[in-house]
Amino acid sequence: MTDTPVTPPRSAPRSRLSMAWDSDVAHAFRRSPVAMISALVTILMVGAAICAPLIAPHDPFNPATLNLMNGFTPPGTPNMFTGESFFMGTDDQGRDVFSTILYGLRISLFVGFAAVGFAMVLGITLGLIAGYVGGLVETIIMRVADVQLTFPAILVAMLIFGVAKGITPPEYRNDVAIWVLIIAIGLSDWVQFARVVRGATMVEKSKEYVQAARLIGRSPGAIMLRHILPNVLSPVLVIATISLALAIIAEATLSFLGVGAPPTEPSLGTLIRIGQGFLFSGEWWILFFPACTLLILALAVNLLGDWLRDALNPRLR
Amino acid sequence: MFSYILRRIAQSVLVLFVVGLVAFAMFRFVGDPVETMLGQERTVEDIERLRENLGLNDPFFVQYANFLLRAAQGDLGISYRQGRPVAEIIAERLPATLELAAVSGAFALILGIVLGIFTAIRRNGFAANAIMTLSLIGVSLPTFLIGILLIYLFAVELSWLPSFGRGEVVQLGGWSTGFLTQSGLVALILPAITLGLYQMTLIMRLVRSEMLEVMRQDYIRFARARGLSQRAIHFRHALKNTLVPVITVTGLQLGSIIAFAIITETVFQWPGVGLLFINAIQFVDIPVMAAYLMLISVMFVGINLAVDLLYVAIDPRLRS
Repeated sequence: MTDTPVTPPRSAPRSRLSMAWDSDVAHAFRRSPVAMISALVTILMVGAAICAPLIAPHDPFNPATLNLMNGFTPPGTPNMFTGESFFMGTDDQGRDVFSTILYGLRISLFVGFAAVGFAMVLGITLGLIAGYVGGLVETIIMRVADVQLTFPAILVAMLIFGVAKGITPPEYRNDVAIWVLIIAIGLSDWVQFARVVRGATMVEKSKEYVQAARLIGRSPGAIMLRHILPNVLSPVLVIATISLALAIIAEATLSFLGVGAPPTEPSLGTLIRIGQGFLFSGEWWILFFPACTLLILALAVNLLGDWLRDALNPRLR
Repeated sequence: MFSYILRRIAQSVLVLFVVGLVAFAMFRFVGDPVETMLGQERTVEDIERLRENLGLNDPFFVQYANFLLRAAQGDLGISYRQGRPVAEIIAERLPATLELAAVSGAFALILGIVLGIFTAIRRNGFAANAIMTLSLIGVSLPTFLIGILLIYLFAVELSWLPSFGRGEVVQLGGWSTGFLTQSGLVALILPAITLGLYQMTLIMRLVRSEMLEVMRQDYIRFARARGLSQRAIHFRHALKNTLVPVITVTGLQLGSIIAFAIITETVFQWPGVGLLFINAIQFVDIPVMAAYLMLISVMFVGINLAVDLLYVAIDPRLRS
């Protein structure tokens, strides 16, 4: 593992925190301004999304706080009827764009994290089984992975979304749309995890500690989870970060196309879809601010993933 | 060699059968076809007669085989939403998508190779560095944002180019083409750039790194020692040897161009099969979704197979 320091002195037992501070990855992090800025941006965005109800000046989903007279207020200038001012302007229904972005960010990030989490659990499980058990099970899992890789992930996600929409009765479609979206993006993304974990598991399987664990009679499940899994996690972390950026963009794309988050729970993609309608009439801010938010978020997570890949892979350094 | 080709073909056929099974399962089990076809007033006998007529009482694999047979003959069912045969709708929409894909593929390939060579030859020049930096940003921009940005610049602000649709089309037999009218050609520009930009940067970066790799080889040094002109070295000796991976990647990207056309077609309201598919998902038009799935799988599997076979044909080292 790369994040363990070179033999800590035995006399002075050190806290986990100081060990983490001294690790290779932390050193590389402190030397890279790009990594620090993108981490800061990501944390700020996640924080803003979590605290959206506290930060947002308006609740965009509570009709009582909305005033139609405020519609189409340009950013920074007071509305000509009500005199209220919004620093990112308002949309056609008088909703504060800044507040809708905060709530949209919440949905985008939730879907992104949940989809990657789902893909990770599925991919790790199947990868461990394929790598450890081998034989017919491995052939079947990896063949399915190969076939799925032939098709672009976004297409797979669309198809799964469409089929799931067909199965659910119309009256529940809006309620389950977010979960369907998570499953669709997650299922379109598990292959990367499974491939990497399978490869790493096959390497680890032949090592002595695994044979020792097998000799003392530990069950295959315990060997996979307690012994092999911790040793294959660092590439998984890199893929998870890069997948997060991809999942956020995939969610935005699907919602933009109208096959994602429902209008009742608009994500950043839905907001961009709404904003595109006002492009020709001159209300640029309804589109511009959500698009910038998505762009900055995707770029920050992407750069973080790139940096992590280099930092955890000593061969590239 | 021969057994490799046979194995690849067998694999492709197997994939198509699996995709066919998925499409059939969608067709058969998502939504009840009997419910959809019969109205409110129906009797138990009506339902039973229709089930028998549609072959829904046959064993699963008989139904699957019949489904594949009908699909192979071009019978893809009837759209729930439009009430017309799916094959007819797709045949109407396909030319738009194929023309868009062909133009953006050509754009990506030509500009990608030219810029790739340029950035490799002028490795440390200002223009080359600027192009490389721009391409990094281009890769991280989602496709639909590129489309919106182009619409904003060229349709809203400058009003040089149309922002949606195909313009005027000319019917040539069953094929509607936008290549023959001025408005058709102008309408192609923005969607083609949007769709091809990502592939263009990909090809450019690939050509660049392959060129840099090849330029380090001994035979390039030998060509220099022979006193050949720079132009001859770059184009006759270096470029030729970078083309094998470029052809592979371009071929595989052709599939993604057709898939990503879904996004571009939606942004530009381009009347192709991608827009048809998105509308089918929105309105849960299962026959159209199943047909699109099969159509695009045949294209993908065909392209992959062709690229693999082409690879063997181009690279003599693989023929042993």
